[in-house]
This record gives sequence, structure tokens and C-alpha cells, in this order.
Amino acid sequence: MFDTGASTSTPWQRPAVAPAPADNHFTVARAELGRALFFDPRLSAKGSMSCASCHNPALGWSDGLPTAVGHNMKVLARSTPTIVNAAFNPLQMWDGRKGSLEEQALGPFGADEQNLPLEELERRVQSIAGYGPLFAEAYPGEPITRTTIAKAIASFERTVLSDGAPFDQWIAGDRDALSPAARRGFDLFVGKANCTACHQGFNFTDNGFHNIGVRDSGAPDPGRFAFKKVASMQGAFKTPTLRDIALTAPYMHNGCYETLEEVVEHYARGGEVKEHLSPNVRPLDLSAQEKSDLVEFMRSLTSAPRVVSVPALPR
Amino acid sequence: MRPLLACIALVGCVAPAFGADYVVTQSGKAFSVAAVKAKVGDTISFRNEDPFVHNIFSLSDAQSFDLGTFAKGESRQVKLDKPGKIEVECAVHPEMRLVVEVAK
Repeated sequence: MFDTGASTSTPWQRPAVAPAPADNHFTVARAELGRALFFDPRLSAKGSMSCASCHNPALGWSDGLPTAVGHNMKVLARSTPTIVNAAFNPLQMWDGRKGSLEEQALGPFGADEQNLPLEELERRVQSIAGYGPLFAEAYPGEPITRTTIAKAIASFERTVLSDGAPFDQWIAGDRDALSPAARRGFDLFVGKANCTACHQGFNFTDNGFHNIGVRDSGAPDPGRFAFKKVASMQGAFKTPTLRDIALTAPYMHNGCYETLEEVVEHYARGGEVKEHLSPNVRPLDLSAQEKSDLVEFMRSLTSAPRVVSVPALPR
Repeated sequence: MRPLLACIALVGCVAPAFGADYVVTQSGKAFSVAAVKAKVGDTISFRNEDPFVHNIFSLSDAQSFDLGTFAKGESRQVKLDKPGKIEVECAVHPEMRLVVEVAK
């Protein structure tokens, strides 16, 4: 049995501060500017879609949809990942094609989401007078460009962190913070169910890529293989965090499962599609009680309720 | 070169073409060394000591290979057949990096 509050707890405890690159150290001014940009729907082709349209704080910083819905209600191929703890991801996106939060922040602007070319994004932000002082404070001497826009959004995203979950209280030594079912679930998680083959550490991810045998409804999604031409990367996707997982249904890269119970059933039967399946995924002989315990454990990763402020946007 | 890298010299074997075999382990989602200097004809054996799979590969111009996924306790070997710089990665865990400098 795992010993809470002991030195072995450390890998499961989130660092107090999210890492930031040397050329974009964290400041409150940068994060607050980023908050405004993040919630600003004017920065899209039709002035109707912001980052928060998909990464909605009221829905676990995701959207509650199987797959994202972008510009002109276009249904996109993959689900919207939460941005909770994305600051700790070495690579961003389901397929890892973005190497930093700064790089990722610009992706949706020029693509199917905001559908706004980056030159137009810059012009729009520059044309809103109220942004001028905010940029001047956040990035003194630097112009309003896609670079500073991306840096500010990334700085805000570095404030979106998991915190105060029952699991966190338990790992810190409060032995009553988890129910007996959740404690049994944790033992299964790190043991018989082999979940920690991929969902490791405080962020419950190995930052790796795996084909876990999810069936796509149309043509198989190549996943990571599009960027790494290695056979095992066919249909492989980044291991998502399990932090706040109870808030971010539906699940998997294509949102094919509506509940955590369905997710556990998927793993219990060893995945659905066997081609290119990771050897980490194999049938598990789990009882109904054990499956239920695993779900209870995952629910214990839900952060304490918090209020997220939506800013009055610069005019 | 750090001590975890074991080099088993096979010079003197019957087959004169044999080179050295460098054993590089994977543990804690890291290679046991960051760099290897070897010669054409040498081999590198990758041994997985983690309780989950790795997939060692290289897409370098000097030499590309894909050793596939392999589990704890298993090894995969690659023979170095051309001089040059080979950047070796794990497909599953992109943070794992190893540079192999292969001399003639």
C-alpha cells in the first residue's frame, strides 16, 4: 500500500510553479494580458470565437464535445484537450506537433478554429487601443506582434493549474481525503491495471505517444505518425493528463467515450483496434468492483472548485 | 563515457569483421548515456529496464532504423554501417535522445 505524506509522495505532487522559457519569464502583467487575449472573440474571422470557445473554464477548460467545433461550425477531427497543466507538457497537441505553449497558441488562429491569418490577427490587436498599454506593461519596448501575442497567451495558460484535489490532500498526508474505493483504485492504477505505464507522475502523463486501440469512426487518424514516420506511431496520440478528468468528458482523441466507466472498459478488454496497438495495452482481468474503484480514483483527481474571472476586454 | 555504458570488445573473435558492442540501457525514460562514439561495424544493444515499452529509432541521414517496440528485459541491436552522426530517439518518449558519432 502506498504511504501518503512520505518521500515517495513527491513524484505525485505538482511543482508550485509552471516552467516558462527564458525569453518569456512569467509576470502577472503578461498573464493578465494573455487572459484578455484568450477570452477575446474579436480575434477570429467573424469576431465570434475565442480560445475560450473551445477551452471553456466552465467545462474543465475543454468544450464537452466529442470533437471541437471551429469556424462556421465546422466539426473538427479531434477533441479539445484541456489546458489544465498544459504548461508542463514538453509537446502540445494530440500529435505533439507544437513544441511549446507559445507555438501552440498561434496554431488555432490561422487554422479551422479562429480562421484569422496571423497578419490580420496582429492588425486587429494593434487596432484595439486598449491593448496598447497592456502590451507596453507586459513587454516593454516590444511591438505588438504574433510573437508577443503568443507569449502573453502562453503566460496566461501557465496559470491554469490543477490544485486542491482530494488526491493532492491525500498524497500530502491527509489519510481521510480519499475514500476506501479511491484508495483501492490508486493501488490498481499503479499495479494490476498498469495505468502508470503511461499515466505517470503528478500530471498523470509520460508525455509520450501511444496507440491505445481506439476506433475512429471514419478513416483511421494517423496521429503522431504524421510527424514521426515510425510504425508504432500509427494511430498514436499524446498521453493526456488525468487531472480534472471527471470534468473533461467525452474522452480519447476523438471523444468516442462519454464516461470514465466506458474508458475503463476499453482498457479492460485490451483496446478495440489491435493494429499498431501499444504492448502497454493488454486485456485486464478486472472485476466490476475493481473497475468501479478505478473510476473513483480518477474522480479524486478533480481540483477543488475555483472561480475563474473573465476580464472586461480592452476597447 | 559514463560507466553505465558497457563496451564488450569482441576483437579476436573468429569473424574478423566483428566490432564492439555498446550496451545502452533505457531506465526512467532516459538513455544511460547521452552520446556514444563508435566505428563502422560496431553494434549498439539497447536494453529496456523500464516497466513499459520503448521504441528506439533514428531517421538520420547517416543511418535510419526502427527497432520497434520492446518491453522490460528485452534488447534490440543495431549495426552501425556508415560513418556519420546518428540521432537516436524513442518514438514513445520524445524526450529521450542519444547521439552516436560513427567513425570510419
